[in-house]
Amino acid sequence: MAGKTLYDKLWEQHVVKERDDGTALIYIDRQLLHEVTSPQAFEGLRIAGRKPWRLNANLATPDHNVSTDKAEREAGIDGIKDSVSRIQVKTLDENCDDFGITEFKMADKRQGIVHVVGPEQGATLPGMTVVCGDSHTATHGAFAALAHGIGTSEVEHVLATQCLIQRKMKNMLIRVDGELGKGVTGKDVVLHIIGIIGTAGGTGTAMEFGGSAIRSLSMEARMTMCNMAIEAGARVGLVAFDEKTAAYVKGRPYAPKADQWDMALAAWKDLVSDEDAVFDKVVEIRAEDIKPQVTWGTSPEMVTTVDGTVPTLDDAEDDVERSAFTRAYEYMGLKPGQKMTDIQLDRVFIGSCTNSRIEDLRAAADVAKGRKVAGTIKQAMVVPGSGLVKEQAEKEGLDQIFLEAGFEWREPGCSMCLAMNADKLGSGEHCASTSNRNFEGRQGYGGRTHLVSPAMAAAAAIAGHFVDVREF
Amino acid sequence: MKPFTVHTGIVAPMDRANVDTDMIIPKQFLKSIKRTGFGPNLFDELRYLDEGQPDADNSGRPLNPDFVLNKPRYQGASVLLARENFGCGSSREHAPWALEDYGFRAIIAPSFADIFFNNSFKNGLLPIILDEKIVDDLFKAVEANEGYQLTVDLEAQVIRTADGDEIPFDVDPFRKHCLLNGLDDIGLTLQDADVIRAYEEQRRQQAPWLFND
Repeated sequence: MAGKTLYDKLWEQHVVKERDDGTALIYIDRQLLHEVTSPQAFEGLRIAGRKPWRLNANLATPDHNVSTDKAEREAGIDGIKDSVSRIQVKTLDENCDDFGITEFKMADKRQGIVHVVGPEQGATLPGMTVVCGDSHTATHGAFAALAHGIGTSEVEHVLATQCLIQRKMKNMLIRVDGELGKGVTGKDVVLHIIGIIGTAGGTGTAMEFGGSAIRSLSMEARMTMCNMAIEAGARVGLVAFDEKTAAYVKGRPYAPKADQWDMALAAWKDLVSDEDAVFDKVVEIRAEDIKPQVTWGTSPEMVTTVDGTVPTLDDAEDDVERSAFTRAYEYMGLKPGQKMTDIQLDRVFIGSCTNSRIEDLRAAADVAKGRKVAGTIKQAMVVPGSGLVKEQAEKEGLDQIFLEAGFEWREPGCSMCLAMNADKLGSGEHCASTSNRNFEGRQGYGGRTHLVSPAMAAAAAIAGHFVDVREF
Repeated sequence: MKPFTVHTGIVAPMDRANVDTDMIIPKQFLKSIKRTGFGPNLFDELRYLDEGQPDADNSGRPLNPDFVLNKPRYQGASVLLARENFGCGSSREHAPWALEDYGFRAIIAPSFADIFFNNSFKNGLLPIILDEKIVDDLFKAVEANEGYQLTVDLEAQVIRTADGDEIPFDVDPFRKHCLLNGLDDIGLTLQDADVIRAYEEQRRQQAPWLFND
C-alpha cells in the first residue's frame, strides 16, 4: 500500500463521520474570526437560537478595515472616521462579548492581521484544522496544519457545530530543489510557481510545498508561500513539520507546555508526507531558475522577472488569454515589450498577511537603511502585521530606519492590501506592493498593483521604479 | 435558502477568464453587516463609470454602456455564462449574495474557484461546470440569438435549450439534495451531535493540548 501524504494524514485525523455520498464531517480545531465575514454568521446563530459549540476554539481580531493611522487609532472605535467601518468593528466587539469569544480588540497590542496573529500566539499549531472566513487562511498550512478559507455560511456552520462538511481534495506537490539565489525570497518562489501553473493550476487540490529549497526557508517565508497557494487556485497550502516549525511554536502563549509539549512534539513528527506517498500532480522546480519577480498585469499569473519585459500577444496561449492581456495592458497602462524596470511608481506598500512579519520588515529595512525614498514617490508605507510585530520592529530600531528613509510607519492591519480603510491607490497610480492580489481595483479604484517581495518593494521606493534587488 | 428546482431564464455572457470576487463585489461594499442588498453593486467597477460608495443611491450613476449587463438584450438575465476559474480570489460570500440579489440563479462555466463554488450552493445559486467546448458553443449561441434562454433542471441534471437540446451536468448528490429542498445544513450536521461529541472525547485523549479550554 502506498504511503500517505501530509494532507491524507491531516484529513484522516479529523474525520468525524464519513457519509455515503463521499463527503465527510471534518472537525475544526481552530476558527479565526474578523469583522468582515463574521457579522452575518453571528446573526444567523441568533436567528436560529444557536450557541457556539466550543467557545475556546475561536479567536477573533479586527483587521480588514481598522485604520492604520496613529491618531485615528488612539481615538478608539468611536474615532473610526468611516461610519460603515466603525459599525463593522463595533459589531465584532459586540458579537464576541455577547457570545463569550476571545477577541484581541483594536487597542490590544496582540491585535493584528488574523493570519499573523494566529501563528504568533501559537493559536495555530501543527496538526490542527484551521479555518477563517478569509481565503488567505492557507497561510497556516506552513505549520503542517490543514487550513483553508471558508465563506460566511461555513463560518456559522463551524461556530454552531465545530465541523464542516467537506469532500477530500486531490494531492498536489510542488517540489523546489536546489539553492535559492541571493535576493530571492519565498514571495519570489511562490510568484514564480503561479507564473508556471497559473491561477487555476491548483484548483481542487491541497498544495504541498516540498524539496530542499523549501526546507531551507524560514517559517515566515513558508507562511508567505502557503498564503499565496490560493492565488494558484489551491485552498490549502502545506509545508511538512520539521525542527523549524517546532522552534517557532515553542513557548508561544497558546502552545502546549511541559509534558504536553513532549507529547505534542512526538505526534507532530509524523506530520510529513511518507516517502512513498503518491500525489495526483507533481511540479518540479529548480531553485536556481528563480529570479526576483514582479507582476505586470491584473492577475497574479501575469508575472515576470525584474529583468524581464511585459509579454506580447505572441506570448499568450489562446484567444481568451490574448483578450486578457489586451485588457491588462490597458488597465495597467503598459505596453507589450516594455521593460519592467521602466515602470515608474507612485506608491509603495509593505505589509499584508503575505509579507508583514518581522523577517519581512527586517528585509525591507536592510534595503532602506541609510537611503531615501525617491522624490517621485507620493507615499511609501510600512504596515506591520500585528501590534507585537510592531513592538519587536521598534525594539530593533526598524521604525527609525524606515522613518529616516521617508517611509510612513503605521499601525497594524490589512490596510492597502484590499483598501477597505483609508489606505488606497488613486486611479492610474502604480504601486509596488508586498500583498497578494493585483486584481483590477483591488488596492483602490483604478489602482495599478505590482506584486513584489519586501526587499524589492523597498528598493523600488528608493529608486522610484523597479530595480533588481540583487544589484541594489 | 431559496430551493432550486427548475429554472428558465435569459442568459448573459461574461466573456472573460479569471473573474475574481473583487470584480464581482468590490471591497467597499463588504462593510455591510447584512446578507442582502448587494445586487445594485454587482460588478460595480465594470458596470458604472464612476466609483461606487456603500450605502449610496445607485440609481443616478452613469452606466457603462459597453458592459454586458447594461445592454438592453440582457435585461432580466438570470443565467450567467462565464469562462474558466470564475470566482477566484477572496472568499467573500458577498459575491454569491450579490449575484443572487441581482437575480442570477445559475452560473455556467468550464471551471470555478473552489471557495466561490462552495459558497454558491449555500445561497441557492447553482454553479454548473460544463466542458470548455460546450461553453464556447453556448457563447456563440447567446451572441447569435437575442433573448436566448436556457432551462436548468436540477432534479434531472440537464440544461435544455429552446430547441429542445439537452446538456447533462454533474452535481454533488448532497449539495443537490440541499439545494432542491432549500435545506440549512447546520440543522443536518447537528443531527450528528453525539458523533461529534464522541470524536471530541477520543481526540481529547490523543491530543489534549488542543483542548486547553
